[in-house]
Amino acid sequence: MLAPDKTMNTVIQAEKLNLTFQTNDGPVHALSNIDLAIEKGEFVSLIGPSGCGKTTLLRVIADLEKPTDGTITVNGMTPEEARLKRAYGYVFQAAALFPWRTIADNVALPLEVMGLDKAERDKRMSENLELVDLAGFEKKFPWQLSGGMQQRASIARALAVQPDMLLMDEPFGALDEIVRDHLNEQLLKLWAATKKTVVFVTHSIPEAVFLSTKIVVMSPRPGRIHDIIDCDLGDERSLDIRETPEFLKIAHRVREGLRAGHAYDD
Amino acid sequence: MLKSRVLPVLTVVVAILALWYAAAVILNASFERDQAERAGTEITFSEILPKTMAQERPVLPAPHQVAVELWETTVNKKITSKRSLVYHGWITLSATLLGFVMGTALGILLAVGIVHSRVLDKSLMPWVITSQTIPILAIAPMIIVVLNAVGITGLVPKALISTYLSFFPVAVGMVKGLRSPEAMHLDLMKTYSASRSDVFWKLRWPSSVPFLFTSMKVAIAASLVGAIVGELPTGAVAGLGARLLAGSYYGQTVQIWSALFAAAIMAAVLVTLVGVAGNWFNRRMGVRPEAAR
Repeated sequence: MLAPDKTMNTVIQAEKLNLTFQTNDGPVHALSNIDLAIEKGEFVSLIGPSGCGKTTLLRVIADLEKPTDGTITVNGMTPEEARLKRAYGYVFQAAALFPWRTIADNVALPLEVMGLDKAERDKRMSENLELVDLAGFEKKFPWQLSGGMQQRASIARALAVQPDMLLMDEPFGALDEIVRDHLNEQLLKLWAATKKTVVFVTHSIPEAVFLSTKIVVMSPRPGRIHDIIDCDLGDERSLDIRETPEFLKIAHRVREGLRAGHAYDD
Repeated sequence: MLKSRVLPVLTVVVAILALWYAAAVILNASFERDQAERAGTEITFSEILPKTMAQERPVLPAPHQVAVELWETTVNKKITSKRSLVYHGWITLSATLLGFVMGTALGILLAVGIVHSRVLDKSLMPWVITSQTIPILAIAPMIIVVLNAVGITGLVPKALISTYLSFFPVAVGMVKGLRSPEAMHLDLMKTYSASRSDVFWKLRWPSSVPFLFTSMKVAIAASLVGAIVGELPTGAVAGLGARLLAGSYYGQTVQIWSALFAAAIMAAVLVTLVGVAGNWFNRRMGVRPEAAR
C-alpha cells in the first residue's frame, strides 16, 4: 500500500522524507521516513494528534518548510518550483483575511500579485464568491462577517488562483460543530464540481471519513505515517451517511490507528 | 457621555486655576511688602491681594493677566506686527511643519531600510537610538552656526532641528509597524510567490499605518519643541522661541507665559489634527469602528 504508484497522475510523491527542527531543547523529529503518493483528483486527509507532523507535511508540500532529507515532488517539480508556478491554493487555520481590504479585494489579492487585469480579477472574484455562497458581501470588511463566512471567503481566495490543488490546514478547526458540518457539505460539493486534488489536515475523525477518498493516519514522536486507509463512500454523500455501518467501520479503523500510534508510555 | 467627560476636565481646570492664583499671591506678595517697607508705610493683606495680580513684571503672572496678554497680542495686533503672537506663531509653525514632514519622511525611509536589510538593522539602529541621547540644547546652536557658515539661514536650520527630533519616533514606530504582519499573512504572500515589493505594498505598508499615525503624533509635538529650541540661538529674531528669550532678557514674565501658552495650544491643535487624520484614514481602511466593538 505504501509503494508509490508511478503513473502520470501522481501529483504529490514523497519518498523517505525527513524533517528535523533544531530547537533549544534539542532536535525534534517532525517528520520521519514519510512515503506518500497522492493521485490527481483525490481528497486526502492527514489526521493525527497534535505534534504528529501533519501540518508540517502540508507545509513541506507547500514549500513553507524545507525537508532535511528525502525527496518530494509536486506536479513532478520540486515544491519550490511548484510554489513559484502557483500550483496550489493554501487555506490556513484562520481565515487570514487582510482587515483593511473588503471581501472582494481580499479575494482579488492573489490575482493582483499575479498581475491579472482588472476585468479578469473582477470576473474571478465574483465567480468564486458565488461558489462559496458569499455573493452580495463584496463590499463588506472581514470584521463584518461571521467566522464561518470569513473562512469561506478565504477558500474563495484560494480558488481564485485556479490551482489544480488545494492545501487546507484545519480550515474549520476554529468553527462550531454546526457551521463545520455545513462547510464540510459545501466543500464536498465544491470538490465534486471542480475535481481538484485536496490535501486536508484535520484532527476530527468524522470530518476526515466524511470528506476523504484516502485517510492518512499519523502518529507523533517522531511524526510518521501509521496507516493509510482508502475510503470511498460514493459521490452523492450527505451528512446522514455518518450513521451508516460503512462509515462507522472506517471511523473505527481510523480511531484504532490513532490509538495504536499514540505513545502513551511517556 | 459629554457630561461624564467634561466634568472631570473642568474640575481639574478649576483646581489648577485656584492653585495658580494662590501661588501668584504668595510669590508676588514679597515684592509688594518690600515696596511698602521702602516707602515706610504699613500694608495690610487685603491691600496686597489685588496688587499681586496687577504687577507689570510679576514673579508669576495671574491667569487673567496671561489671558489678556494672549488676547492683546493675537486679536488686537496686526498679524504683520513684530509684537503679534500670530506672526511669531506662524514663523515657528512653518519651521515645525517643514521639519515634521522631513522627519517623517526620513523616519519612514530609515525604517524601510532597517526592516529589509539585516546589515542596516545591525548598523543603523544603534545610531538612531544614540542620536536621541545627545541633548538637543547642545547640538542646536552647532547646527545653526555650521549652517550659517555655509550660508543657510532662516527657516531651514530650524526645520532641521525639528527633523532631528521628529524622525526618531517615526523610525522606531515604523520599524515596529512594518514588522507587525503576522506569520500567517507572510506565509500567505509566500504561497502566491509574491515579490518583495508586493509584500511591502500590499501587506507591510497597510499593516503599519496605525503605527505611523501614533508615532506622527509624538513626532509633531517633538518638531514644535525642536523649532522653538532652534529659535533660541538665532539671537531671538522671530518665533515663539524668540518671544520666550526676549521675555526673559527684559523680565517680561507675562510675555513669556503667553508665548508658552501659545506654544502649548499650538501643540495640542497639531496633535489633535494628526489624530483626526489618523482616525479618518483608519476608517477609510475599514478598521472596525469603536462603537461596533
